[in-house]
Amino acid sequence: MEHAAILDHAAPHAHGHEQSFWRTYVFSLDHKVIGIQYAITGLLFLLFGFTLMMIMRWQLAYPGQPIPVIGGWLGTANAPGGIILPEFYNQLGAMHGTIMVFLGVVPLAVGGFGNFVVPLQIGAPDMAFPKLNMASYWVYFLGGVTMFASFFVPGGAANSGWTSYAPLSVIATMGQTIWLFGMVFLITSSLLGSINFIVTIVQLRAKGLTFMRLPFFVHAQLVTAFLLLLAFPPLEAAGVMQLMDRLAGTSFFMPSGLIISGQPIDFSGGGSPLLWQHLFWFLAHPEVYVLILPAMGIVAEILANNTRKPLWGYRVMVLSAIFLGFMSFIVWAHHMFMTGMGTTISAFFQTTTMIISIPSVIILSALFLSLYGASIRFNTPMLFAISFLPMFGIGGLTGLPLGLAPSDIHLHDTYYVIGHFHYVVAPGTIFALFAGIYYWFPKATGRMMNETLGKIHFWGSIVFMNLIFMPMFAQGLVGINRRLWDGGMQYAHAAPYQGLNVMQGYAAWAMFLFQIPFIINFFMSIRSGKPASKNPWDATTLEWTAPSPPPHGNFTSVPEVFRGPYEYSVPGAATDFLPQAQPDSGGAPTPAPTAAH
Amino acid sequence: MDIPYVVDARPDTGLNNAKLAIWLFLASEVMLFGALFSSYVLLRVAAPVWPHGYDVLNVPVATFNTLVLITSSVTMVMSFASLKMNDLATFKSYIGITVILGFVFLGVKAYEYSEKFSHELYPSENTFLAIYFTLTGLHMLHVIGGMIVNSYYWGPGSKLWHTAPAQFTNRIEVAGLYWHFVDLVWIFLFPVLYLL
Repeated sequence: MEHAAILDHAAPHAHGHEQSFWRTYVFSLDHKVIGIQYAITGLLFLLFGFTLMMIMRWQLAYPGQPIPVIGGWLGTANAPGGIILPEFYNQLGAMHGTIMVFLGVVPLAVGGFGNFVVPLQIGAPDMAFPKLNMASYWVYFLGGVTMFASFFVPGGAANSGWTSYAPLSVIATMGQTIWLFGMVFLITSSLLGSINFIVTIVQLRAKGLTFMRLPFFVHAQLVTAFLLLLAFPPLEAAGVMQLMDRLAGTSFFMPSGLIISGQPIDFSGGGSPLLWQHLFWFLAHPEVYVLILPAMGIVAEILANNTRKPLWGYRVMVLSAIFLGFMSFIVWAHHMFMTGMGTTISAFFQTTTMIISIPSVIILSALFLSLYGASIRFNTPMLFAISFLPMFGIGGLTGLPLGLAPSDIHLHDTYYVIGHFHYVVAPGTIFALFAGIYYWFPKATGRMMNETLGKIHFWGSIVFMNLIFMPMFAQGLVGINRRLWDGGMQYAHAAPYQGLNVMQGYAAWAMFLFQIPFIINFFMSIRSGKPASKNPWDATTLEWTAPSPPPHGNFTSVPEVFRGPYEYSVPGAATDFLPQAQPDSGGAPTPAPTAAH
Repeated sequence: MDIPYVVDARPDTGLNNAKLAIWLFLASEVMLFGALFSSYVLLRVAAPVWPHGYDVLNVPVATFNTLVLITSSVTMVMSFASLKMNDLATFKSYIGITVILGFVFLGVKAYEYSEKFSHELYPSENTFLAIYFTLTGLHMLHVIGGMIVNSYYWGPGSKLWHTAPAQFTNRIEVAGLYWHFVDLVWIFLFPVLYLL
């Protein structure tokens, strides 16, 4: 289906021999096939994570009421009489977070877009290690199956939050052990992938493609790969230690003298729940930059292309991305301000957190400034890319009172936090990912997606995303805690906000309905979309010099690069864009663009 | 379709792909063991009482094991050097000895572990033993991984020498870097766990 469009031109005959169906479509070594496998699996998990949230939304809107239609399907262990038990609500919450972050967004943004686009944008025939690439997809798949299977064991899935804080997670049901094994698979996949990305970008760039001529998307993926490489191992270590606590009875995270349900626990004690938090957040903070950087990369590409002018401040954006990556390792304890840390260390983390907002703001500002004086084409990718800017802006700004300890005292663990991070990831990253799908679909399939359906998808999504998440800031400010199975309705101060949950529930349904045009568009266009040329967007970067879809090996002739990535509307040029691979008539290479122009 | 710089070095970076890849992997391994060492520090600092390693663990046996691993790193280098001197037979001898020394290391650790278990000293006993078993256990898994790779290159993998000697030599260099790292982790583990 999807693969057919690409592979008609591709693998079976490329080696001079026929490859079986399995080697071509399932166990392929081609980065484009692997990228599409990641993308489709990631999208399916996003959909699954969404359905988990829909069940939670019912409970929040109508606490204690039986769910219509699907109530019986959930089973008596989870929802007797169709009424969601608190234990099941907790499973939904923990797995919604885990699935969206680790099985949905990152595989799509890095595994999907990274794998498909990066080799093409640097003029390489494939990733540096194709077999490793395939292995990393299948290990991810195994991790996904493991996580999914955890719903069906006695006690259900992990239910201690995606953050799995000890000591609760240590004494939790079997699903938590499966979660830990699932995370080991996912971390392994991530590690193999990140090594592949870095080696590919460093070693396989085409002739003339210096670092400062790389598209910003590639820089973003390079920094992301370093974050994944270096930040995940501490969580792997922590996961091993939590497995030891659960399976071997160790006390890495179990403090002395802990009493549960009136009984002292049967552990040696001497451990520290805070140790888990430090190790977890040491990964999980860089993880959020893993979530946002590829999105910023996608938006940068689409803005440059649809404004018909160079990105404003390319050099500064690149340096900001690198600085962001570096800083992301020294802010993690802003997730732990309420753990009783001293004022000195709290001041340290508040300072680094304020500093890290600078490169984010620079990148966002540069993207905004790129719109100034532009000749904007409002196609579907551009609509999603432009909308990313204010949405990420809201998400980023609402992070500031969370990053300062005094205000965090009031807002910590409330719906304000949920609103903040969803704004960054949902109308932030996910909109950028939608933009990327509409933008690169023609390259992957040789067909354009339908613009009308795309615009319906866009307008519905942006309206209802905001209706779902904007009220959360109010709910948080008034003090409604997160992770409460009845939405906090047992507390008097939450009662006036009950109606908002009902409205948010309707908005979530509407949000879902507006994804249907996208799903239809996606599959319909593969079959009958308008055929696309090599370069339907009149873009400058290297992927648009390959056929649509590219064959095995990508380029019919070895590419050479003569200029920077965003030479749009160059004064005196015959066309309003100069492709990177187009030789100068004079023969001398054009220098890379400078920060201002 | 040929991927460049599999064997030859890229001029501006001076690296082939596998060498860059293994150094990146080792960086991630530093973070992995670093997290565990950091946990050791935090657990020990917070503990009201913490045993000296030499009171609980068998130092002479572990010293022997340290020498075994160091020797295996030497033989690993010798195997690489043999390939550089175009001597496949000597390569096989040296990498074979490296694998055997790995088995010796594992055997000694198995003896140490069974000694502990026979005195009912399990990881659940206290946090010192918990971190001891976890650190050395994870290290042991890495040793086993390295031994599997080295055994493969001693056996069926050595066929590559006959078709692509330069590429095969590169693979041994990369495997050697990994094996040195595994040795280096033990050089940190031994004093921290056994001597402090």
